Amino acid sequence: MSTTAVVNPGRPQRFGHRRSQQFTERVIAAVLFGCAAVTVLTTVGIVVILFSEGLSFFREIHPVDFLTGTRWTPASGNFGVLPLILGTLMIAVGASFISIPVGTLSAIFLAEYASPKVRSIIKPILEVLAGIPTIVYGFFALTFITPLLRDSWLPDVGIFNALSAMIVVGIMTVPMVSSISDDSLRAVPESLREAAYGVGATKFEVITRVTFPSALSGIVASYILAISRAVGETMAVTVAAGATPHLTLNPLESVQTMTAYIVQVTQGEAPHGTIEFRTIFAIAMTLFAMTMIMNLLSARIVSKFRERYE
Amino acid sequence: MFLTSCGGNDNNVSTSSSAASSGTITIDGSSTVFPITEAVAEEYRSINPNTRVVVGVSGTGGGFKKFCAGDTDISNASRPIKPEEAKLCADAGIAFTEILVGLDGLAIVTSSSNDFLSDGITREQLKMIFEPEAEGKITRWNQVNAAWPDSEIEIFAPDTDSGTFDFFTDEINGHEGLSRADYTASSDDNVLVIGISGGKSTIGYFGYAYYTENAGRLKLLAVDGVLPNDGTVADGSYSLARPLFIYARNSALIEKDYVQDFIRYHLSDDTDYLIGEAGYTAPSSEQRAEAQHAFEDALGGHSH
Repeated sequence: MSTTAVVNPGRPQRFGHRRSQQFTERVIAAVLFGCAAVTVLTTVGIVVILFSEGLSFFREIHPVDFLTGTRWTPASGNFGVLPLILGTLMIAVGASFISIPVGTLSAIFLAEYASPKVRSIIKPILEVLAGIPTIVYGFFALTFITPLLRDSWLPDVGIFNALSAMIVVGIMTVPMVSSISDDSLRAVPESLREAAYGVGATKFEVITRVTFPSALSGIVASYILAISRAVGETMAVTVAAGATPHLTLNPLESVQTMTAYIVQVTQGEAPHGTIEFRTIFAIAMTLFAMTMIMNLLSARIVSKFRERYE
Repeated sequence: MFLTSCGGNDNNVSTSSSAASSGTITIDGSSTVFPITEAVAEEYRSINPNTRVVVGVSGTGGGFKKFCAGDTDISNASRPIKPEEAKLCADAGIAFTEILVGLDGLAIVTSSSNDFLSDGITREQLKMIFEPEAEGKITRWNQVNAAWPDSEIEIFAPDTDSGTFDFFTDEINGHEGLSRADYTASSDDNVLVIGISGGKSTIGYFGYAYYTENAGRLKLLAVDGVLPNDGTVADGSYSLARPLFIYARNSALIEKDYVQDFIRYHLSDDTDYLIGEAGYTAPSSEQRAEAQHAFEDALGGHSH
């Protein structure tokens, strides 16, 4: 065992005491490393399982057929995943039409216009939106939003439709955008704003020309995070959007997302080892790939746009 | 204790006193049979308050899987056990007894706001809509009958794990499991109710109990001119009538006297009104006698 000659300056210690201190330090470091390792190993484990079962799926169904086919009916042998991908993307993009504007403008209000008192009230309330269980959002869509749409502008909307799902997923992801954007905006140094005011800019100009662009990397990261979240959203879309894989861009129809399909198959009794069982892993792999691409994209954008303040 | 008549002419099986010991009875399987089992379990609790009856809804097929793995004492089924499933049980050393508990007039339904299906539907039309060849091709109502409107056929039906699906496809399409695959499939009958009642040109099917529960939102369709009700189901004039079963694990029957007690109660006349309330038809007296006979046989040495 090595013993270093360096002793904490100004603190005469007995030799044995320091040895036990070092040991304690090492143990703590090991435990912390162990915890971090658990998370890494779990991720690795998930990826390994996904890929091993998923690859056995792709040995039977050619990936090109999988990615370009337009009909998803595993029961009768059609394994084209496009309807599911389109369903997922439709909901995610549609949700972002709500979460991005509402979230960004809320963030600007909170960061630039709101007094500390107003801020202390509104910010927690926004956080509550994020805390509502997603299954509740799903039923909210089914029992409130869909009838509302039917009674007012869109009498032809199906009982299960993509539009209601988009709306609730959008609402659900607003806090993500607003919270992170708000933090990014507030991280912009006051000196930048003051300099802009100093050359005669109005408040609006300061926000749009100075503050917002400076905070852009964090804001864009929040957008991608919200879209990722919408891609992975499961319960709300399962309840509200339905279970019919349709290759359609019409939000008034029922669609099925990748996550909803996985729910449907796992609720049933697809026998272990059949092709139907393995579709779960193929879809999970696709979903995983999608979110991973988004995360990488987000990391690149953040680093590219990051402003360094002295 | 248990007083029964062995192979006698007395069709009334006495319900046991609370002398039966208590434990947990695990039941799983068909969502169609579920309302009956739940109702009987609730009434049984007043007779034997310490016994817990846990009822799951994994579907007929899913229920059999668990049953043949020894995880459940009783399996609910809306179709007879398949040979492969029976083999699975035999391989696992699980002997069982099939017991008829009621009859279901499978309900073909559409939404109450539907205005063109008031005269009902025929079996040929059902086949045209649901057979595998219809997938992707038969999508509008006027393709099935020119008198019907040119609107999209929205189908909400059980998925492939369901015994109801097995029965319907066998009856209508000729072979179990043969069906188009491009419809909204769900193992949850309540989801089907929501879907069917939510449109104007919808169609679907499930156990009659789910129709009675939601009769305000749904319209029951006559099949070949016959509407399902107690009479037409009992005498067979409704062509989509089917028996509902429970399968009891023989070892559970013999080892756990509260399971015996529960089934004995289930088979007695006292539960007739529960079956009717659930929306199904109680078995005829011959069917009931047969079921009781099978039950007593399974008990073997314990009843004589």
